[in-house]
Amino acid sequence: MGCTCDDQQNLAQSLQNDTNTWTKLQDLLERFRGQRGSLVTVLQQVQDIYGYLPRPVMQHVAEVLRIKPAKVYGVATFYKQFRLTPMGKYVILLCQGTACHVNGSERLAEALCEELQISEGETTTDGLFTLSSAACLGCCSLAPVMMINGLAYGQLTPQKARQIVKELAEQEKGSLQEGGLQ
Amino acid sequence: MQLVRAHILVCGGTGCTSSGSKQVQDVLAKELEKHKLDKEVKIVETGCHGFCEMGPLVIVYPEGTFYVRVQAEDVPEIVEEHLLKGRIVTRLLYKAPVTEEQIPAYKEINFYKKQLRVALRNCGSINPEVIQEYIARGGYESLEKVLFEMTPEQVIDEIKRSGLRGRGGGGFPTGLKWEFCRRSPGDMKYIICNADEGDPGAFMDRSVLEGDPHSVIEGMAIGAYAIGAREGYIYCRAEYPLAIKRLKIAISQAEELGLLGENILGSGFSFDLHIKEGAGAFVCGEETALMASIEGRRGMPRVRPPFPAQSGLWGKPSNINNVETFANVPVIIKRGAEWFASMGTEKSKGTKVFALTGKVNNTGLVEVPMGITLREIIFDIGGGIVGGKKYKGVQIGGPSGGCIPAHLVDTPVDYESLIEAGAMMGSGGLVVMDETTCMVDLARFFLNFTQSESCGKCTPCREGTKRMLEILTRICNGQGVPEDIETLERLGRVIKSTALCGLGNTAPNPVLSTLRYFRHEYEAHIFEKRCPAHVCSALLVYSIDEEKCIGCGRCLRACPAGAITGEKKEPHKIDPEKCIKCGSCFEKCKQEAIIRS
Repeated sequence: MGCTCDDQQNLAQSLQNDTNTWTKLQDLLERFRGQRGSLVTVLQQVQDIYGYLPRPVMQHVAEVLRIKPAKVYGVATFYKQFRLTPMGKYVILLCQGTACHVNGSERLAEALCEELQISEGETTTDGLFTLSSAACLGCCSLAPVMMINGLAYGQLTPQKARQIVKELAEQEKGSLQEGGLQ
Repeated sequence: MQLVRAHILVCGGTGCTSSGSKQVQDVLAKELEKHKLDKEVKIVETGCHGFCEMGPLVIVYPEGTFYVRVQAEDVPEIVEEHLLKGRIVTRLLYKAPVTEEQIPAYKEINFYKKQLRVALRNCGSINPEVIQEYIARGGYESLEKVLFEMTPEQVIDEIKRSGLRGRGGGGFPTGLKWEFCRRSPGDMKYIICNADEGDPGAFMDRSVLEGDPHSVIEGMAIGAYAIGAREGYIYCRAEYPLAIKRLKIAISQAEELGLLGENILGSGFSFDLHIKEGAGAFVCGEETALMASIEGRRGMPRVRPPFPAQSGLWGKPSNINNVETFANVPVIIKRGAEWFASMGTEKSKGTKVFALTGKVNNTGLVEVPMGITLREIIFDIGGGIVGGKKYKGVQIGGPSGGCIPAHLVDTPVDYESLIEAGAMMGSGGLVVMDETTCMVDLARFFLNFTQSESCGKCTPCREGTKRMLEILTRICNGQGVPEDIETLERLGRVIKSTALCGLGNTAPNPVLSTLRYFRHEYEAHIFEKRCPAHVCSALLVYSIDEEKCIGCGRCLRACPAGAITGEKKEPHKIDPEKCIKCGSCFEKCKQEAIIRS
């Protein structure tokens, strides 16, 4: 792997050029500046802005909050919620809980990986779907369950899961075409 | 306040929402308006009723008629028949498993009949987003009583006498915990609610937070008064967006009414409550890790002592209790320690909420008095095993707990009996298993979970769980060796006694308890290379029963590996060399001609 410094610089530049998100970031950091123990919350809100934690932004957070970059990176990699790469428009959380496991959640994972042509933790090339897993979504009576952007889908079968993803993809295609016509 | 003749309760918990309760509510509002009933009938969006499997749930009061699996298209019928003509829509009633009897009333259903709802007292009965509904049911009376009629010592004494023990797993006496924190010197103290319900298979805390957030807030305020804290945190996992939303609403409503904040009810006592969202780390359920996480650091546990009561959040004396524990506090104050202590067993008082899931007919949240037997929970409340299959055992307490086999089905459910049986209360997940569950696979599943959630700070947990998982995976793949069982037991013992925190201390439990009761399954995997439950795919062999096969070709088309051959209308064959053991043929075959052994 070659040096990625240039890439990071370019990314940093383009992030700063996006004034909308950059202002949001500055406001956010201003709100939390000097507040102790706010790093997890700050990173959560940064992720809300960007959909993930871009490295130059983490660097910037460290500088503004006067925290060592290593600490910021340490927290960002410790918690499952944080992502260091961009996420898809739809984030599929597959429940890995006990009830889901005994009701066949592994077969759902297989079906979705095949349908989307990605492995767990990855994002489709069109940027639509990210396949991820959660320890337990707490909807055990509906097992097996997956959650897409906060909405839980229960009592799934591999076929149903494929269908849901297909429908979302279709929907996206439809709206794209509409957009093209306007 | 406007009086209405009927209330329609629509469940708005996570389970029912995912099965379409929002749409039901929208259509209901429109229908009521259409029939000009909107002034007479009130819609109440409630929290979770616990019977999520049957959702969306709709209950019509004053009759208490319980409709299950209601879809938007059923709503006009409910409005026209039930609300206009007073006729119950029988096809939407709950049908008892086995007898198929239709039961109209909420209270008559077996699932609810044997329950005793204390912590869940308001869940499903009130709108959690309206503080007045909580107050109307006696809410915040206990806080008032405590602030004006009791000293902090009296409150602690009351909780101690009630026998309330931590509902998060350990079962430490709550009153004692409060007393330690009260006696710790310090000007600033914190009270923390552990709502980082991470155990796979448990969701009672979510339901309480979604269905009755004020009971937790009131419990925390009472606790804060008792230990002398002015500030509190609720640490809630981010996977529970609805719970967080309702908590935020509840806190701001309580602040508006002066039930939180400066000088509560003019008593001179002040208490501020904050929400901290977790970021997805199971280990944060451990109290020292949780506090590190609130402080914005990596959530790693540390050595105790010092205990949180001496030096906790930001080095100040702190007290952590679980959601369900706090939800019990206001009732204890209101109805007295004696009342609470009259429920349960000698050492385990009160009730406990269990998340009943797995291969059981009625799944959902059940609250039962301590000391009830597993049999009553699984067969009376749970309605027995799905499909009449054979009951094999129950996994209790999540990744920290263990499996209790079928012959111990009369074990009473209390802290001591469960530990004696090799399991533990944990947070109360009850996963019922039938003959199709492989115990080795289940042990592997839990270890896989704890291993990936291990924070990596101490060696026994980081390395030990990894080695155990490797061995289990090997056994499931048919590569087990005879000494594996002994190695697992030795590793388990070492990890249990040397790991730094509760996660590591309890991580070997699922393995050790299955080894204790289901050793023969391990032996079958290792010596006979056979999975008795037909779960471990590497150990399965698929073949076709030539007598039953009609040559329809369904399996042939389903096989992704091209392992099945055969002419139309002639018996087919599976090439074991090519077979990837995916089971597709087994599912597709309508003649039950595929043999899995």
